[in-house]
Amino acid sequence: MAAIPISWFLTLSAVLFALGVAGFLFRRNIVTVFMSIELMLNAVNLTFITFSYHFKSVDGHLFAFFVMVVAAAEAAVGLAIILTVFKNRSTLNIDAIDSMKN
Amino acid sequence: MQLWLIPIFPLAGFLINGLFGRRFSKALVSVFGIGSVALSFAWALKTLLALAPLNTAYSEHYFTWIQSGAFQVNWDFSVDRLTAVMLMVVTGIGSLIHIYSVGYMAHEHGPNHGGFYRFFAYLNLFMFFMLTLVLGANYLILFIGWEGVGLCSYLLIGFYFDKKFATDAGNKAFIVNRIGDFGFSLAMFLIFKTFGSLDFGTVFRQAPAASEAVLTTIGLLLLLGATGKSAQIPLYVWLPDAMAGPTPVSALIHAATMVTAGVYMCARSFPIFTHAPAAMDTIAIIGIATAFFAATIGMAQNDIKKVFAYSTVSQLGYMFVGVGCGAFSAGVYHLMTHAFFKALLFLGSGSVIHALSGEQDMRNMGGLRTKIPITFWTMMCAAVAIAGVPFTSGFFSKDAILFAANHHAPWMYWVGTLTAGITAFYVFRAMFMTFFGRYRGNAHPHESPALMTGPLIVLAILSLGGGFLFKIPEFLGSLFPTLEAPEDVMLMVISSAAGLLGILIAYVMYVVKPGTADSIAGSLGGLYKLVLNKYFVDEAYDATVVKPVVNGSRVVLWRGADAGLIDGTVNGIGTAARAVGGVLRQMQSGNIRSYATWVLFGSVLLIVAMSLSGGLR
Repeated sequence: MAAIPISWFLTLSAVLFALGVAGFLFRRNIVTVFMSIELMLNAVNLTFITFSYHFKSVDGHLFAFFVMVVAAAEAAVGLAIILTVFKNRSTLNIDAIDSMKN
Repeated sequence: MQLWLIPIFPLAGFLINGLFGRRFSKALVSVFGIGSVALSFAWALKTLLALAPLNTAYSEHYFTWIQSGAFQVNWDFSVDRLTAVMLMVVTGIGSLIHIYSVGYMAHEHGPNHGGFYRFFAYLNLFMFFMLTLVLGANYLILFIGWEGVGLCSYLLIGFYFDKKFATDAGNKAFIVNRIGDFGFSLAMFLIFKTFGSLDFGTVFRQAPAASEAVLTTIGLLLLLGATGKSAQIPLYVWLPDAMAGPTPVSALIHAATMVTAGVYMCARSFPIFTHAPAAMDTIAIIGIATAFFAATIGMAQNDIKKVFAYSTVSQLGYMFVGVGCGAFSAGVYHLMTHAFFKALLFLGSGSVIHALSGEQDMRNMGGLRTKIPITFWTMMCAAVAIAGVPFTSGFFSKDAILFAANHHAPWMYWVGTLTAGITAFYVFRAMFMTFFGRYRGNAHPHESPALMTGPLIVLAILSLGGGFLFKIPEFLGSLFPTLEAPEDVMLMVISSAAGLLGILIAYVMYVVKPGTADSIAGSLGGLYKLVLNKYFVDEAYDATVVKPVVNGSRVVLWRGADAGLIDGTVNGIGTAARAVGGVLRQMQSGNIRSYATWVLFGSVLLIVAMSLSGGLR
């Protein structure tokens, strides 16, 4: 472990986050967009853990747990919303869901 | 002595008639209307008899009205001999005219339903303010009365508010008076700045010590106020139009009492004026110019009330001549006699108009001498008095003024005498056109009821005998500085002769050879047109003052400042907000991924900004 420099972890985290952003921006399926959000959250988690390990401090872990709890709650609510949307509209295309605008 | 009771009776009458008069019968309204003024007259008489001989002023303090730093105004009433004369004139003539009004206004109906009680309520309110004006012991109380009578004048000129000319005349009176009141207000400010008080006693005690320049300024500003209220050049134009009101109003407000308030105010302020000779000269010159100018206009009027309106302006000019020449008591004397005979002339013309069911044009009258004899004989008494026929009341007061004028500047005496001749001419022209010759109208003349003829007879007696009954110059002699104006029999004869000559010319022109007047008017051509149209003063004022103000208000203030600047600013802010919103709205596309892109841009921007500024530390 000690042989692996911290920058590698961070780079991995950044790549994962960038993938999440790209997925969020370019995919149309709501479920995929949702998964992209989870990916971004976990990329951030990885950063927290890396720094926590690096600084020998427990704070990062705490934040990571928090993020996981929030992500779990968000997944529950978000999936419920997605189910309802699909039930009502029979579509998961994110561009078709714009009734707030029109 | 309870001086406050004198004005409070008419105020009570105003409140009772004004608030409940709608439900009262005409008889009950009349009882409250006349009763309140009669009580006021009785109380004033009782008070004055108790205070006689009134060598020094008697005053009563009620409460401190305004107290602000060094500025203190008390609600004080005070009575001296000048106030006594005014009180008697106002309440006495006021009572007579109230009685007359019951008869004159008896047929009041039509679109002004309830006009009867409204009329008496306003008339009582006027009495309240007029009595406040003469009783007040400082300039501010006087000013309250001054503004109050102006308000009542406005209300009563516009009494027939369904007629446009009446409301216009009311507005004109009110607005023209604002100019005068502006001068009066400035005078009060200057008085307070100079003397530290508005109290008559305090101000007049200190007046001799003040600089002449300041006193002259105060005097001229007070004079501006007086020219507004008392219809002198240049602000006289409202009074002839004020005849749109009912005739008793013309008699009470626009002949006998309110319009003399300016004379009263100038006489009251004599300690200021006697130390400001330039202001005195201005008063005298304005007075004599107005007297002559208005008299010439009076010669060419055909509306009987217009003749007497211009006559009032002219006679007020005489009073100002008296005051301006230092003969304050002569001015007040003429004020009183004028109140008798001019009130009588107006009430008489009201009786004529009443007899002819509303006709006011003298060309449609004539021959009424036998049809309405009481009106004719009483008006004749007033006519000889105003013409200055020897030993009538007008003779004494007019000569007192002319003596003073001769003492002051002989040319004023000659202009005054010429004016006296013209006065006699136009008054008798009106008399002859109305009462002599053949009747030219279509109405069925009938004599007025006793309620109207009674006051006429009382006033006729006063007009004839007023000079013997009331020796005002002696009565007021101790109050005012004495004027060394020797009585000259020659001058008296000349001015009386001028009056008699005026009557004679009128007799020849309108009775002996009725066509003469028209042929003379025809041969004078342009001059006659000029006088007939009142020297085009109204038109000139319209072009130089009214139009610029109206256009300035409409174009600059309304369209420019209000609609352009103020509305423009408010609307501009709204339009700008909408435009900015329109641009920002483009971001709210409703597309979730575009929002996400904005978020991304925002965070990238933040990170770049943080990196450039060196990151968090």
